[in-house]
Formats: sequence, structure tokens, C-alpha cells
Amino acid sequence: MRDVAIVSYAQTPYVRSERDRNEVEMLMPIIDEVVKKSGIPRHDIGFTCSGSTDYLAGQSFSFVMAVDAVGAWPPIKESHVEMDGAWALYEAWIKIQCGEVDSALIFSFGRSSMGETAETMTLQTDPYTMAPLGPDAISMAALQARSGLDAGLYSERDMAEVAARNRRNALTNPEAQLAGEFDVEALLEAPYRVSPLRDHDCPPITDGAAAMVIATADVARNPSNKPVWIRGIDHRLDSHQLGSRDLTRSPSTELAGQKAGVGAGKIDIAELHAPFTHQEIILKNALGLDEDVRINPSGGALAANPMMSAGLARIGEASRQIAGGAAKRAVAHATSGPCLQQNLVCVLEG
Amino acid sequence: MAEHAAVIGIGQTDFDAKRLDVSQVGLIREAAERALADAELDWKDIDAVVVGKAPDMFEGVMMPELFLAEALGGVGKPMLRVHTAGSVGGSTAIVAANLVQSGVHERVLTVAYEKQSESNAMWALSIKMPFTPTMVAGAGGFFAPLIRGYMERSGAPEDTGIRVALKDRLNALKNPVAHIKLPDVTFEMIQNSPMLWDPVRYLETCPSSDGACALVIGSEKHARAASNPPAWIHATNMKTEPTMFAGRDQVMPRAGLECSAELYKKAGISDPRKEIDCAEIYVPFSWFEPMWMENLHFAPQNQGWKMTYEGATALDGDLPVNMSGGVLSTNAIGASGMVRFAEAAMQVRGQAGEHQIEGAKKALGHAYGGGSQYFSMWIVADQPLQ
Amino acid sequence: MSEEREPVTRIITPVRVEYTYTPGIASERFLRGVREGKLLGAACDSCGRVYIPSRGACPRCASPTSEFRELSDKGTVITFCVVRVPAANIDVPLPYCTANILLDGADISFTGLIQGCPFEDVRIGMRVQAVWRPESEWGFGIGNIEHFTPIDEPDVPFAKLKEYS
Repeated sequence: MRDVAIVSYAQTPYVRSERDRNEVEMLMPIIDEVVKKSGIPRHDIGFTCSGSTDYLAGQSFSFVMAVDAVGAWPPIKESHVEMDGAWALYEAWIKIQCGEVDSALIFSFGRSSMGETAETMTLQTDPYTMAPLGPDAISMAALQARSGLDAGLYSERDMAEVAARNRRNALTNPEAQLAGEFDVEALLEAPYRVSPLRDHDCPPITDGAAAMVIATADVARNPSNKPVWIRGIDHRLDSHQLGSRDLTRSPSTELAGQKAGVGAGKIDIAELHAPFTHQEIILKNALGLDEDVRINPSGGALAANPMMSAGLARIGEASRQIAGGAAKRAVAHATSGPCLQQNLVCVLEG
Repeated sequence: MAEHAAVIGIGQTDFDAKRLDVSQVGLIREAAERALADAELDWKDIDAVVVGKAPDMFEGVMMPELFLAEALGGVGKPMLRVHTAGSVGGSTAIVAANLVQSGVHERVLTVAYEKQSESNAMWALSIKMPFTPTMVAGAGGFFAPLIRGYMERSGAPEDTGIRVALKDRLNALKNPVAHIKLPDVTFEMIQNSPMLWDPVRYLETCPSSDGACALVIGSEKHARAASNPPAWIHATNMKTEPTMFAGRDQVMPRAGLECSAELYKKAGISDPRKEIDCAEIYVPFSWFEPMWMENLHFAPQNQGWKMTYEGATALDGDLPVNMSGGVLSTNAIGASGMVRFAEAAMQVRGQAGEHQIEGAKKALGHAYGGGSQYFSMWIVADQPLQ
Repeated sequence: MSEEREPVTRIITPVRVEYTYTPGIASERFLRGVREGKLLGAACDSCGRVYIPSRGACPRCASPTSEFRELSDKGTVITFCVVRVPAANIDVPLPYCTANILLDGADISFTGLIQGCPFEDVRIGMRVQAVWRPESEWGFGIGNIEHFTPIDEPDVPFAKLKEYS
């Protein structure tokens, strides 16, 4: 495999609603920033890949207009996944492994504020047997949380502590949406939103976009950049049928973590794409992370959950920790689908 | 650096306006099982799955690959979902090929499909967006003016489009899975069919179909071990340009010109008209055959229509085009690009039955999408690239 | 065994999803202009080409289009088609003629309805001008222009338009 590094990363400040800017106006500044920071001339970047979904935009072919933010003239090699940007990163990494290109721009975007995201996610379920029942994203996560509580794997207090820690960590992240000191006792006194989930167990609704440039060793060794190497990247899938899964575990994360080589060395920090508090605990177990691993120094998806970018943002945030010298080896994770159905794991080193 | 990769299994569903006999699950299984049978493989032999489809609103399911995961044997495996507008079937095959060429996987299943009959696709395409009431009447309303632009600049005879449509509709009669089959089709029948988006007639346009296409792509080791002949992938390429910008030539997009030029270079082709034995290209309106002949460097600028006129693109011509009957006969949107790629592979495998081009050794598969702005292409051959 | 049953071939699941659209900064500026009967183009910060309407970026440069300027409501037909098939998003009676029109001072065409002459007379290079709805009906949309109609000016030669087709 060719050595590939993250050479630059940027994201929009995460907000509840981008009322003024459209997607192109959101993307243009951050794409410009990562391209400039990469030190690679815009037209020398070999490949571009984006991640987004029409159902957030309420419009078919919504990714097409995003090309306007890239400067695709002369024409560019470009692709798009109807997935979180973390999988766009994977496609770009594969393209580099083919030897076809040496660098790539990755970006993703979504404005959840436009629709009713939790209800829209119902349309992600089996259209014949499940969608007609109308399960929304929070209710499905609640089913999963309940299965772990009943199995005695964690308590509601554990979940509240996850929420408090993530939002405390977010205090140092100027781009986070929801940050602050929260008292666990007070959190536990709040009413349930969808039992056993309280508001603090759920992610905020976030508009945002993220962009990244990756490159091979020769291109990445630009003196002005501190490259962060992608040492392993893998993604796996579980069944869609909640009833046929053990919801207390995430077998696909376990497998992706093994394939990506999480256990091959000491992990300093982890950025886990856990929109719900209990999911962070499931993921931590699935990846076999020790107690001393700092989880979500950025505040994670509980501090800002830009749909379609939240996974790519975990990888970007982990790369910032390494580039900034706060960690030597990190694991970043992205998820998609109901109750952590699909999971990507990426191991990064300085 | 890239590893060799080859198509070692191909499966297409039967295509129809409404496949009410199967669900989306049944549809993709039909294509995937045929591809696996062709490759003489079982589900467990597959390392990864790549799914392609046009807009999710066509079926009313957000990211449907998630609920299709089990039906595609995807549990415990990597699965990707590609969407690059109308070119998606081609791009999806390229992503699958890349998974093998990168050395990451050995055998990859890729499936592209559309089942518009399960939702209201016209609704999905023509949502009344606020602020920008458009005067563009669907795809025909967008492309018809470009066709008029081509007629103006090339001076092509007005019946060029009818001739293309007649050829493709006759070819479709030889393709067992084609959707639209008109056994008694004639020049006059097409000429007298209703004008929809002047200058485009009803029988010069594509249908919308339900259907799926699947490919198994294998590494060199598996291609050599397969009992059916492989279609070796010599080169792939994708290019994109923005939909609308000042000075854009929408009739002869630079993305297509550059995509094909780079493709030939990678495949070691210097004279595409001579060295390529047949081409299966994305022609949703008949006039796009001459336009793409120029865009693909088979003909000089403004002279693509002569190839159609002289019969060069017929089954017995020097560069047969759309042997399967093309998109004009079968158009399950998300699958259409992959069907083009699959037809090219079938030809070099000698597998195309009645629409086989005798001795085809090297073939082009082509797809495009959006406002003539997304291009994906590959060259496949009966021998690996030296 | 049980009685013969028809296979289930359809179930209908009604779906309703609501979205709140916002146009973006540049489009909003354009829409506010149209509300007052002005056609505001926006020039690219890098190459100076003028977009109408601008979505905030020049796609060829990926630069913002910051400078707005009012354009003429006269233009030239770049290409056209006559539509004889209904589309769900268009309420105009069939058949009708739509054209890609290049407004004077713009570097990109947009789509408008052509009325006021027989279809046979519509041609590439023809000069046209906007016919606006009564001011009392104006809203935030390009629909304030009812259609374009031919004007008595010489045709623009095709060679001059090719770059915009």
C-alpha cells in the first residue's frame, strides 16, 4: 500500500441553521482553505470525491451544484458517494492506491435544518416492512440504548457522563455547536425524550460542511505541512434488520477496527462518531480502547452532528490532534445507518 | 502500479416499465445471481460490494443500499454507494474495478439499479423549487436545445436522429433483455411519431425502465482461473465539469473530450476509430450518437453525423455503436451506465449472442450524466493490457 | 391447502417530508432585485464574467461573485426548443417555446419562454426582450417576467454565440 497522509482539513463553524448561505457558499471558503494549506496547486490535485444525500437537501441531484464550489475547470476527475464524507475519503484513498493519482480533495456537506431529520431517517429503513411503521432515528437509537441497559452493560448515569464529557471537551473547540459544563445529577433529573434517552443523550441538529486534502508521501512532504498518515482504513456493515442484530454490540466496528489495525499500537485519542451517548460506549468496547484513551477531544457528534460530514469531521479532528502534537496515534470512526449499521475505522499516526 | 482487473461475471435483469413481480430486493438479486453464476462464484467468495443508483427519491428510500445489504451479501463486508447522476452505473463499475486494481480486494460484486415504478419519479425530478421556477421541461426540455445547437453548427441532415433511432431499435430486437422492442419499426414510424421537445420525437427518446445490472470484477489470478473468458479492463476514466458557467460549450463538453482522450492514452490507443472494435455509449436521445462520436474522437468536429449516415455505426459498420439497442431501448437510469459497460465486456467475451460483433477484441463502454457534465468510460479487451 | 391468492404486487406507503428552503446570499440579492423589476447580474471576483442569476460562485474559478450590476432585459436566443409534452413543474399550455437567452451584459444564458411570434420564426440569434407582468403581481421570483418577445433588431450571427451554446 502507498503511504497516504492527510495534509489539510477545514470545517465550517457548526450551527443549528445556516440560514443565509447555500451549500456552495458554505463550501467555497473551506475548499479554498484546504487547497491553499495543502500547498498543492488546485489544478494539480488528482481526484475529488464528495459525500452528501439528496434527502437532506430535499432535492434530487443536489450534489451536482456543489461542483460549483470546486473550480472544476478545466474538468476534473471526480466522484460522489451518497454517504458520509468518510466514505468519500475511502474512495479517494483507493484511487491513490491504484497509482492513478497522488492527491485528492474530499468534501461533504448537509443542512439538516431544512427538514425534519429524525423523521426523514425513517425513509432509510426497509420500505416494505419497516418504513410503514414509521420508526424515527431517535426511537431506533432508544431501542438500542434499552438493550444495553437491560443487559447491564452501562447505566443511564454512564450515558449522562458521556454527554457531559463530550460537551465539556467542546469548550475548547471553537467550531462546536453545543458546549458547556453540565452536572450529571442535573442531567439525570431531566425527563425522557424517548425513553431511555433524554435530550442530553441525543445529538443537536447541525448544518455544516467539511473538506480535506490527502496526498502520497512525496507530495505530502511539503515543509509547510505536518502530514498525518493514514495507517489503516476499513469499513464494514451489519444487517439492516434491527431484530436480527445484537444491538448491544457493533460487530462491523469490531471487524473494521481489526482490519484497520487499531490494536497494533497504543492509541492516544479516539474520535468516535457516536450521535447518541450509549453508542460511544458500544464503539469504545468494539474498538477495545483502554481507559486512558482520550475520547472525542473535539466534543464529537454530541457537540455538533453535521449529517454527512460528522464522520469525515471525526477523521479531520483526529488529524488536528496529531498535527498539533496532542497525540501520536489516533483512531477515528464514522457511522451510517440505523443503530450504527455501517462503520468505518481509520488509524492515524504523526 | 495498478493490478490487472477483469470482468469475470455479468448479470442483467429483464427490463420492463414496471417489474411488479419483484421488489427492489428481488430485482438486484436477479442481476447479482446471474453475475455470480456467470463467474461461477458464490456469495461467500465476494470481498466487497459497490452499489450504484440515481436519485434516492426515484424509489422513495434514503440510501437504499443499507436495507439491501443482506440481499447483496454485504453483511460483514465493505459496501460503497456511488451516485454521479446519469453516469453512475459507469462510475460504480469503475469504483469496483479500483477496489481490485488497488490490490485491496480480489473479487468485488457491483450492482446498479433503478426501480422507478416504486415511486413517482416524475415527481422526484420536477419538485417545484421555490425562488427558481424553471422553464426546463425535464431532461428532454434540457437536451433538445443542445441538439438544436448541434444541428446548427454541424449542418447535419434533419433525419440523422431518425436513422440512429431506427438502428438502435432494430438492434434491440436481437437483445433478449431489452425493454422496448418494436418488431415492425420503420423509418416512417419514427418520423411520424409525435414531436415531444422539438426537434426530438417520441421514438427518438429513451423509455424509463425497471432493472438492474451486476458485474463481478476479479483480480488477475481469478480472471485467469475463470472458466468463462474474462474481459480485461485496460483503462477507466471519469471527468466532471460544472453544469452552468460562462463560456461552457454544452454541446461538445470539454469533460467528455478530455475524458476519452486520456482514456485512450492509458489504454495505448492512438487511433480509436481503427483500434476499437465496437462501442456501447449513452444515447438517451438519438441525436447524441453523432454528438458523442465527435466527443469521443471517432469523428472530426461537426462530422459525427456522417458516421451514422454512412452506416459506420451499424452492426455491420466499421465501428458498431449500441449493439444492445442502447439507452433508447432500455433505460433503468441508475443501471444504464453499467449496462453500457457490461455490453462492452460481453462483446469482448464473445457473449453477446445475436448482437455479437464477430471478432470483437477491444470495446468502449461510455456513460454520461447531469447536464452533459459527468463522464465515465472504460476500455475492455479479450487480452490483458501489455 | 388454502384458497388461491393473488400475489402482493403493491403496497402504498404515503410519505410526507417538509423542507424549508433558503436561497443563499447571492440568490437572495438577485431575488430582491427582481422584486423591484431589476435584473441583477454578479461578476466573478477572478475572471469578471457576469452570471445571472448567480448562486454565489463562478463555477469555473470557484471564486465568489461579489459585484452586482443591473443588466438589460434585452437578449439573444442562443438555442431553443418547442415543448409538446407536459411537465409537472410547468403550467404553460402546450405547445410552447422555451429558449436559452443571453441577456446583454451577461456571460451565461438562462431559460425563458418565447411568445409573440409563430414557432417557425424563432431562430438562433434572434433578439428578444422581456415582457414583465404588471408590477402589482411582482414577487421574489423570475416569474415576474411573463415571457420574452422578439424585437426589431438584426440577428446576432451564430459565430458570435457559439461560445454560449
